Amino acid sequence: MSTYALADTATMTRRSLRHIVRYPSMTLLLIGFPIIFLLLFVYVFGGTLGAGLGRAGLGGGRDQYLAYVTPGILMMAVASAAQGTSITVATDMTEGIVARFRTMSISRGSVLAGHAIGSVAQALLCVVVVLAVALAIGFRPAAGPLGWLGALGMIALVALALTWLCVGLGMKAKSVETASNTPMFLTLLPFLGSGFVPTDSMPTVLRWFADYQPFTPVIETLRALLAGTPVGTSGLLAVGWCLVITLVSYLWSLKLYNRDPAQ
Amino acid sequence: MKPTNRTLPPMTSTATSTAISVTGLRRSYGDTLVLDGIDLHVPTGTIFSLLGPNGAGKTTVVKILSTLISADAGDVRIDGCDLVTDPEGVRAAIGVTGQFSAVDGLLTGRENLHLMADLRHLGKAEGRRLAGELLERFDLADAAGKVASTYSGGMRRRLDLAMTLVGEPRIIFLDEPTTGLDPRSRRGMWEIIRELVAGGVTIFLTTQYLEEADQLADRVAVLDHGIIVAEGTPAELKRRIPGGHIRLRFADGHAFTAAGRALAGTADGDALTMTVPGGGDVRSLRDVLDRLDSAGVEPAELTVHTPDLDDVFLALTGKEKVA
Repeated sequence: MSTYALADTATMTRRSLRHIVRYPSMTLLLIGFPIIFLLLFVYVFGGTLGAGLGRAGLGGGRDQYLAYVTPGILMMAVASAAQGTSITVATDMTEGIVARFRTMSISRGSVLAGHAIGSVAQALLCVVVVLAVALAIGFRPAAGPLGWLGALGMIALVALALTWLCVGLGMKAKSVETASNTPMFLTLLPFLGSGFVPTDSMPTVLRWFADYQPFTPVIETLRALLAGTPVGTSGLLAVGWCLVITLVSYLWSLKLYNRDPAQ
Repeated sequence: MKPTNRTLPPMTSTATSTAISVTGLRRSYGDTLVLDGIDLHVPTGTIFSLLGPNGAGKTTVVKILSTLISADAGDVRIDGCDLVTDPEGVRAAIGVTGQFSAVDGLLTGRENLHLMADLRHLGKAEGRRLAGELLERFDLADAAGKVASTYSGGMRRRLDLAMTLVGEPRIIFLDEPTTGLDPRSRRGMWEIIRELVAGGVTIFLTTQYLEEADQLADRVAVLDHGIIVAEGTPAELKRRIPGGHIRLRFADGHAFTAAGRALAGTADGDALTMTVPGGGDVRSLRDVLDRLDSAGVEPAELTVHTPDLDDVFLALTGKEKVA
C-alpha cells in the first residue's frame, strides 16, 4: 500500500470536484428531480395527503404535509445524487485515464474515494438547494441548532453510504446505461417506506417491508431531528444501517477495482 | 522522487542490465488463447519493438507488463521487480502511453499534467515548473488552458506522452503511439522517442508498421497469434523477407516485349507491366535499369516496392496479415 493514501485521495477528490464544476448540467439534473417531486407532492397531492395525515392524528393540511414529506424528499435528493455517482464512476472506468491510474504507484482506493467524496459534496449541495426550496414554500422546522446539526450529520452519513453503494454499482455495471438504471431503486425506496405516507396505512406485507427497510429509520430520524421531537431507537438503527452499507460497499468497490478490468 | 522501500539497482551498468525480462508469458480470455508462451529480453536504454497486426496480442502484452491485467503463467521482471510479488515496484519504474488516449478530457492540458505531478508526489512548485516545461516541449503551451476533450488527435497523443513522462519513469511502454496520427505528427512522435532513449530511458514500443520499427527500434520481435515468430534487429528481419520488387510499366507492346526478353520477372501483357523481384537496394535497381538500357527500352513508369508488414507476415507465417 502506498504511504500517500491521504495525499492521493485529496488529489483524486480535487479531480472529481473539477469534473462536477465542468459538467454542471449533471448537477442541475440531480437537483431538479427532487425539487419537481417536492412541488408535485406538496401542491398536487399535498391537500389530500395532508387530510389523510389529519385522520392519522398528525394534524391535517398542506403545510403539515410539507413538514411530513420534506425529509423523504431530502432522501430522494441524496438517492438522486448517488445515481449520478454510479453514472460518473461507470463513465470514468471506460476512460483511458483510469487505466493510466492503475499502472501508477498510487493508493489503490484513492480513485474511488475521490469519486465518493466528490459525490458526497455534490449530494450535500443538492440537499441544501432542495431544503432552501422547501423553506421558501413554507417549511418551518422547529429544530434548534443541535437538531439542525444532527439532521445534517444524518444526511451526510446517508450520502456516504449511498454514494459508496453507487460507486460499487457503477464499477459493476457493464455499460453506462446499466449504471444509470440499477440505482433507480434507491429513488423508489423512500416511497416504500415512511417517506411520503405513514406506514400504518399500508397493507400488511408492504408495511412489514416499509418498517424494516433502511430508509424508514433514516427518514424517521431526520423527521424527529427537524421537528425537535425525540429520535428514539430509529436513530441508532439509521446510523447502524449507514455504517454497514458504507463498509460493505467500500470493500465491494475496492474488490471490483482490484480485479482485472474488462476488455 | 518518491521514496521506496526497496534498494534501487545501480543505473551505471548499461551493457548488461536488463530492463524487461519475460519468460513463458501466457494469457487467455475465456477459451481464447491470446498469448501462448512469450519470451522477451530488453536491455536497459534500448528501444524494443513488438510488431504485429491487430489482434496479435500486442496490447495484451503491454497490459500485462504494465500491471493492468494479470498473466495466467510466466515470469516477468521489470526494472528488477517481480510483476506478481512487487507490482508497486514495477509501477514506480514505468510509464505507459496506451493506444487509447489516457488523458482526462474534462481537465485542461495543464491540469492534466498537474494531476500527474500530484500523483507522483512531486510538490507544488516542482509540479508547476515541470508542467510548464513539458507543455513547451510538446508544443502545447498555447492550448494549455483548454480542456483536453477539445484537442486534436495529435495534441491528445502529445499530452498523453507528456503525462507519461512526469516523474521520469525509467521504462516507458508505448502501445501503438502513432496509430491514427498524420505523417507530420508521426515524425514528431519519433523525434520525441529518440530523445527519450538518448536520455537513458528504455522503450517498449508496439506497432503495426514495419517502417516505424525500422526507424526506431534496436530490436524487433514479430508477434502473431500469441507467439513470437521472429526476433532480431530490423536489418536482420528485413533480410529474411523476400517481398521487395520493382514494378515497371511500358508505353507500348513493343517496349513491353523487348523488356520481357531482357528481364526475368512476372509479365502482365494486358496492363503492359512487369514485376521484377528484389529492389530493396540500389544495386538490384541499377542492374534492372542497366539491362533495360542495353535492350534500348525505357519504361514509362517505375515503382520500387519495399517490404511491408504484409510481406513480413507472408514470409514468416506463410499467411496473409489478418487486418
